[in-house]
Amino acid sequence: MRRQLEGSRAIAEAVARCRPQVVPAYPITPQTHIVEAIGAMVRNGSLAGCEFLTVESEFAAMSAAIGASAAGARAYTATASQGLLYMAEALFNASGLGLPIVLTVANRAVGAPINIWNDQSDSMSQRDCGWVQLYAADNQAAVDLHVVAFALAEELSVPVMVCVDGFVLTHAFEPLEVPEQDAVDAFLPPYAPRQVLDVDDPVAIGAMVGPEAFTEVRYLSHYQLSQALTAYPQLCDGWQRPLSMVDAYRVDGADTVVVTLGSVSGTVKEVADEFGNVGVVTLTMFRPFPYAEVRKALGAAKRVIVLERALAPGAGGIVSADVRAALSGTLAEVSTVVAGLGGRAVTRAALRRLVADAMSGWLGERLVFLDLRDDLVEQQIDRMRQRRASGPQALGLLRDAGIPGSRIG
Amino acid sequence: MAVQSVKFYQVGSRAVGNRLLEEALRTEQASPARRNALNSGHRACQGCGEALGARYVLDAAVRATGGKLLAVNATGCLEVFSTPYPESSWQLPWLHSLFANAPSVASGVAAALKAQGRDDVRVLAQGGDGGTVDIGLACLSGMFERNDDVLYVCYDNEAYMNTGVQRSGSTPPFARTATTEATGPEPGAPIGQGKDLPRIALAHEIPYVATATVAELHDLEAKVERAMTMRGARYLHVLVPCPLGWGSAPADTVRLARLAQRSGLFPVFEASHGEITAVLPIRSRVPVAEYLRPQRRYAHLFAEPPRIDLLERIQAIADRNIARYGLQEA
Repeated sequence: MRRQLEGSRAIAEAVARCRPQVVPAYPITPQTHIVEAIGAMVRNGSLAGCEFLTVESEFAAMSAAIGASAAGARAYTATASQGLLYMAEALFNASGLGLPIVLTVANRAVGAPINIWNDQSDSMSQRDCGWVQLYAADNQAAVDLHVVAFALAEELSVPVMVCVDGFVLTHAFEPLEVPEQDAVDAFLPPYAPRQVLDVDDPVAIGAMVGPEAFTEVRYLSHYQLSQALTAYPQLCDGWQRPLSMVDAYRVDGADTVVVTLGSVSGTVKEVADEFGNVGVVTLTMFRPFPYAEVRKALGAAKRVIVLERALAPGAGGIVSADVRAALSGTLAEVSTVVAGLGGRAVTRAALRRLVADAMSGWLGERLVFLDLRDDLVEQQIDRMRQRRASGPQALGLLRDAGIPGSRIG
Repeated sequence: MAVQSVKFYQVGSRAVGNRLLEEALRTEQASPARRNALNSGHRACQGCGEALGARYVLDAAVRATGGKLLAVNATGCLEVFSTPYPESSWQLPWLHSLFANAPSVASGVAAALKAQGRDDVRVLAQGGDGGTVDIGLACLSGMFERNDDVLYVCYDNEAYMNTGVQRSGSTPPFARTATTEATGPEPGAPIGQGKDLPRIALAHEIPYVATATVAELHDLEAKVERAMTMRGARYLHVLVPCPLGWGSAPADTVRLARLAQRSGLFPVFEASHGEITAVLPIRSRVPVAEYLRPQRRYAHLFAEPPRIDLLERIQAIADRNIARYGLQEA
């Protein structure tokens, strides 16, 4: 049954139907509606058998999830931005201990300057923390991915991060179908941990490992995470709605293909429709990186535009580095387009210009920033050349942009 | 009738030796049935107070819970020396996650047990003073204020021993560490800094707060047992001398713990919901110098000329403790 629901509410209901047993929660925009809704369901009894902990930080939230999971409970939490970074140490620990925790990241920029709006800098910064990373292109996918995430996590004993664009998805109301309880129960068996803290069968979890075995432990983490490349599509096959690992749209015969992940995919597809000969490849799975599927989807493309919602300062693209590796040995030109940072809208007009630039051959393998206000950055660069000084860039930019309140007195 | 005086002083104290007690009154350590939760063969230094304390505490907790105990450990000496892969000294279910998060991990374990309806299984978390008073304080305070069903035990050896004896928030004034050298007019750790974690725990008004040392085994075991009869957040702070960091003889670990208590520098008490309910009185008080002198971390106070002025300031701390907690036996 489709209902008009806020994305966060629908995600919370889907998570509740996965019967989590421990949900430690700490608020951060734009994730907060999800844990608020779960907390309310625990309070009113509609989510039975679940402990909802109001912890004092994201670090504590992930730590409590680690303890709960090691004690044999299904554990879930949600965060965003600074919160994800604050739990970074525990993220690596959860994957190192092989604990199948599911985490929603309501994607948001990372400061400074502080910014609550959407981009994917937060989850991209945790690319190598040993978690599966799934990116939702729309809210229905966000709902369905959470159910698959629990199944995948427990199948492989690895933690899974479901990345959902903050505000754009989390706060959008649209008709959504939350799977019924019996459908989820049929799909997701109860959590049966391989190793658990048990007074009748004592184990020591979290021992120190030195040079004699650390490489092997890390190899096995990589091996196990990579199993998601086969386990995820198999699980999706058993789910009630189609879910992609790599979604290829209009790629047949397209010389120019845009690669992206997350909610911007919808806008890109609309622009592709206008052109007619432009393809769009949307990655749902980013870790492990589906090299073979990406190469297959981009097989015939001459020009690949990787539209990134994050930036690796000093290097450029994050996703495009992997796309280039996937296309190694082909003649495709891969450009990196950094777009939509800190909530900047990625408009169809800008995408039209971008695709035209690519088709004209101008884009090539460049790194470009979509809709960058060149006037502002050039003024600031000039100023920095004239006077050597330390400090944040933001204030000077705000002054040049004429933002009221940027100058006191 | 001839009176025979029986000398109960077995170990330089008025503690009665186990063999003079009825079996029911003997310590868990004297019991052949004890779990030996931290088994021999681990890699702690000779005379390690923390290894001693952990075994005392866990064996008592295992007995109090009928063997249904899970332990969570912060990173630190206790974790490193007990579990070098592929070995483990722990004879109970044991989980180590990170340095700062042991209280939160334990909260998660307790929540999982509650969700599973396992109210028969209990949770104990443990860490050193660095993991407790410094890096883990936020998580510990959160666990306290939520009144999560966890007994947290801090083994306080008053510095970061695992990383090579650096100052922690629990390092006492004028003690030499690798980051508070014994130079200048006020050598060693600064005075007027540091945290009194038992008092911070008291301020949370949790069901149970107690301090103890590895010198008073009966007292320590009784406190663990009492803590395990209660539900909610409980805190036990155990002074554990460290021969490596304190520069003391391995054979002096228990003696130094006793002198710390007898000097008044380490008040031993217990409290319920923020109110102190009992103290371990000082029966034969010693000046602080007697406790400090055997420790090389205080050697600069006893050089020529001795720093009487600094010793007086440490004595003033002990005097204040004795007055504040009413430690002097009438």
